[in-house]
Amino acid sequence: MPVRIYVPRETTALALGADEVAERIEAEAVARGAEVELVRNGSRGLFWLEPLVEVETDAGRVAYGPVEPGDVAGLFDAGLLEGSAMSTLCRGPTESIPYLQAQQRLTFARIGITDPLSLDDYRAHDGFRGLEQALALSPQAIVDEVKTSGLRGRGGAAFPTGIKWQTVLDAPADQKYIVCNADEGDSGTFADRLVMECDPYLLIEGMAIAGLAVGATQGYVYLRSEYPLAHEIFNEAIARAEAAGYLGADIRGSGRRFDLEVRLGAGAYICGEETSLLESLEGKRGMVRFKPPLPALEGLFGKPTVVNNVLSLAAVPFILSRGATAYADYGMGRSRGTLALQLAGNVKRGGLVELAFGTTLRQLMEDFGGGTASGRPLRAVQVGGPLCAYLPESQWDLPLDYETFAEVGAGVGHGGVVMFDDTVDMGEQARFAMEFCAVESCGKCTPCRIGAVRGVEVIDRIRAGDNREANLALLGDLCETMVDGSLCAMGGMTPFPVQSVMKHFPDDLQRDATQR
Amino acid sequence: MPNSPFLPWNPQQVQDEIDALKHEPGALLPILHAIQDRCGHVPREAVPIIAEALQLTRAEVHGVISFYHHFRTTPPGRHVVQICRAEACQARGSRALENHARETLGIDYHQTTADREITLEPVYCLGNCACGPSLRVDDRILARVTPEKFNRLVDELTTQVLEVS
Repeated sequence: MPVRIYVPRETTALALGADEVAERIEAEAVARGAEVELVRNGSRGLFWLEPLVEVETDAGRVAYGPVEPGDVAGLFDAGLLEGSAMSTLCRGPTESIPYLQAQQRLTFARIGITDPLSLDDYRAHDGFRGLEQALALSPQAIVDEVKTSGLRGRGGAAFPTGIKWQTVLDAPADQKYIVCNADEGDSGTFADRLVMECDPYLLIEGMAIAGLAVGATQGYVYLRSEYPLAHEIFNEAIARAEAAGYLGADIRGSGRRFDLEVRLGAGAYICGEETSLLESLEGKRGMVRFKPPLPALEGLFGKPTVVNNVLSLAAVPFILSRGATAYADYGMGRSRGTLALQLAGNVKRGGLVELAFGTTLRQLMEDFGGGTASGRPLRAVQVGGPLCAYLPESQWDLPLDYETFAEVGAGVGHGGVVMFDDTVDMGEQARFAMEFCAVESCGKCTPCRIGAVRGVEVIDRIRAGDNREANLALLGDLCETMVDGSLCAMGGMTPFPVQSVMKHFPDDLQRDATQR
Repeated sequence: MPNSPFLPWNPQQVQDEIDALKHEPGALLPILHAIQDRCGHVPREAVPIIAEALQLTRAEVHGVISFYHHFRTTPPGRHVVQICRAEACQARGSRALENHARETLGIDYHQTTADREITLEPVYCLGNCACGPSLRVDDRILARVTPEKFNRLVDELTTQVLEVS
């Protein structure tokens, strides 16, 4: 019996040398005459341990990490093939690693465990059970399940998914579409990428269920061009799912059709906004559309369209297979289920943390994250992407839930948590928020297109000490104008990080250049 | 251009890519991707050919190309290096890395070194946010890029393998 060894094939693991580690393991096994079966699994999302090598033993999988190519020979000497704990890199049984054990992985139950492209693995770990359930239900019954689960859009807007689906189901049309927003542009987020690279059939299953629910026969995944590996893996998954009858003209002999295609974006952040994304899919400039009409009624090519984030669609198979209440049992208040948090930036133990709503930021950053990577004191954290506020320590004990965060002018967004230590210049961060908006604005509305450019200029004057009081007042006005007058969240939310710096870190904005 | 991994483009290649995709709904972006993947850029001369095939005006095609950061109308160097400028990488020192890269290569963003080896581009997030600063070179992503690691990368990219026959 060959010993089964797992080495992830996932962007972060590869960026840290996973391919070289895999090559060394194979070479070392050959040199020692050991029989080894190498599996390229997905990542467990414990990026601080990547490349994380696992060995299958009679007592389960044993983890080693972070493994550098130069560590491989030593690991073999220390009994890697027997799952020995002799090496200092040994983390014990993978499932007992506290970071993993303390999570509530519903959506990410399979990542890192399976070979992402193996249909057998997917089925062996409860895959396609949601789709089977859906095939036995009426469209209305599927929509009702999603409504009962309390699932809200995980892209950031938190709109109830079931209501959106109902609108599309009720819209009469000869053609409807399911569009998956995989334009994961927020800094600090990688959960969509993990789904597509490490458990692609999950998204395929979720989209097929959505198609059955609303009567859509065509789906598109709009994927950002910055994710070449996700593109490669997901396209291969579509081909295999089609060949096995999970996609195509006759899903599992039901006579019902759902086709799926990936379309690549082209480096425009604004295309994460749903109407801009639809324009881009139609082959146009990604200019934001006025709403109404809602995309649910007049979306892609003018047809009723469900536009959902990867994580919303990826939550659906669990809801169908285990039941809406099983999902709704997690969470707090009106935020039901789990949230995929992504610990990023200056963090000691970065990675994916899936938890029920209600955890505090402090628990997340300290218990899971272990503080900063630099070892310096934590100073600010940006939750929810570049359009959300920077939070000072006084706000780290708020429970993570949509309503609680909204009350203090913060956002949960797509769950990205970007940590900064005390060397950060928050004035610089405020400037960057405006600069980013100036680069990425679609240009359709004036507050965003011009406001962002003026915002950079005003912040530069404040930082240069030029007429500071008057320019601070001007910046306050400008932020209000952008919030109230912009067409979409790009211009409408860019002021949030700026205003949070003005409110919580005013000294940074006004510090003289010589003191920076 | 001896260093380019791409062959000099010709109108037939462009036409081939267009013909393969023009019947798809919303075909313009897939066509532009196909042309750029094959030729390294979308040649200005391709614009009227695309416009004709898709029944669009040249202005519309140009408008789409210029809207998206990914598309370029001039050939890049042999390698494209993108440095992440977004917040998670800023928190790990990407601003210093950006300055180091510009100084080392002697070019700014959107420029190519004189030997046509490296084109430098900014990028806003590569999704490697727990292990920044991040950088993408062609289709490979690198994590925790220090100035020293950047120097080694440049050495590796600019070292020519000479074939001895």
